[in-house]
Amino acid sequence: MTAVGGATGMRTFRVYRYKRGEPGWRFDLFDVPVTSRTTLLEALRWIQLHLDRTLAIRHSCLHASCGTCGVQVNGREALACVTGVDDLGGTITVEPLANIPVLTDLVVDMREFVERFPEEIPSIRAVASSPETDTPDGIDGYERFEDCIECGLCLSACPVSATSDGYVGPAALAAAQRLLEEPRGTDPDRILDWADDPLGAWRCHAAFECTAACPSNVAPAERIMALRGALAGRRGGA
Amino acid sequence: MSDTVPGADRRAERGPVLRKGVGIPASGWFDPRGRALGGFAFSANRVTGLGLVFYLYLHLGVLSLLLRGERSWDDFIRLATSWAFLSLDVVLILGILYHGLNGIRVALVGSGLVADRQRALWWSLGVFGTIALVAAALHIYGSR
Repeated sequence: MTAVGGATGMRTFRVYRYKRGEPGWRFDLFDVPVTSRTTLLEALRWIQLHLDRTLAIRHSCLHASCGTCGVQVNGREALACVTGVDDLGGTITVEPLANIPVLTDLVVDMREFVERFPEEIPSIRAVASSPETDTPDGIDGYERFEDCIECGLCLSACPVSATSDGYVGPAALAAAQRLLEEPRGTDPDRILDWADDPLGAWRCHAAFECTAACPSNVAPAERIMALRGALAGRRGGA
Repeated sequence: MSDTVPGADRRAERGPVLRKGVGIPASGWFDPRGRALGGFAFSANRVTGLGLVFYLYLHLGVLSLLLRGERSWDDFIRLATSWAFLSLDVVLILGILYHGLNGIRVALVGSGLVADRQRALWWSLGVFGTIALVAAALHIYGSR
């Protein structure tokens, strides 16, 4: 593995540990040899293979496409597979995502994340356009909200979600706004009804941390603001 | 043979939910780790909001000195025109300007009017606020 071959330095990883049925949680320290190109996921896998086989991590695609390896590293949300460890300091703290229940170690229970999405949004969505797609007169280009990989980083970064479990969160609201832009048979009024709630679009306090955390350029905060504009327009026109 | 999967009870447990910050969840609002501009603006809005609420009650307390007669009020005015006290006035103006201008920014962005211009608004209102603060500080110190 890259973490071993040609190692140029050592990093200490301070990793959050929690196992259901065991009392409480703790941090474990692991020293890992790294190179300038070692990713966080590679380092965690090295720990798993060489130091502690019980360390639970979740990953799949290795290229920021599946959204399964989201963690907090030094307090900031990141996809472990595309996060280099070289410039993260001598001691690197790795924790599971915030505001989502922990299943075990660095793995969170994404059911509570997915359940926040409105029913009208199917769990699998086809991409409808490509950069080569011709656009009608008056439209400069399509915006692809399907870029959301449902990694949960936005929910973890959201300061409002930290104090309001009922808030549906940035990803679901951004997805709702995407449906408004491109309904595909969905009734826009139903989406607006869903979002027009104190714990929906109006709960966002415009901190824009979700946009800063998003690894896929969805810009959830901007989508929430646009959703609010649509809601305000509907109220004004009512 | 048991009809349940071994360990099923433990797997049904809801695990802990991590929060940023220390202690109460709201402390996460002020966790500076990895914050972007919008996050700092959000935290500063809360700090200045709390400061302004504190000042409101302080202001009411100071006004109550009028009930104690002319002498207690004159004593307070002497204190209020000291450099240290005037500096607190400048801090107050800073809080008012920040909270008010950021409120305008959030209202413009949050209503969807300029949904994708929050950074530009922050910087342009910041320049305006800084000029206004300097003008106010010159006026406050010049009035001494």
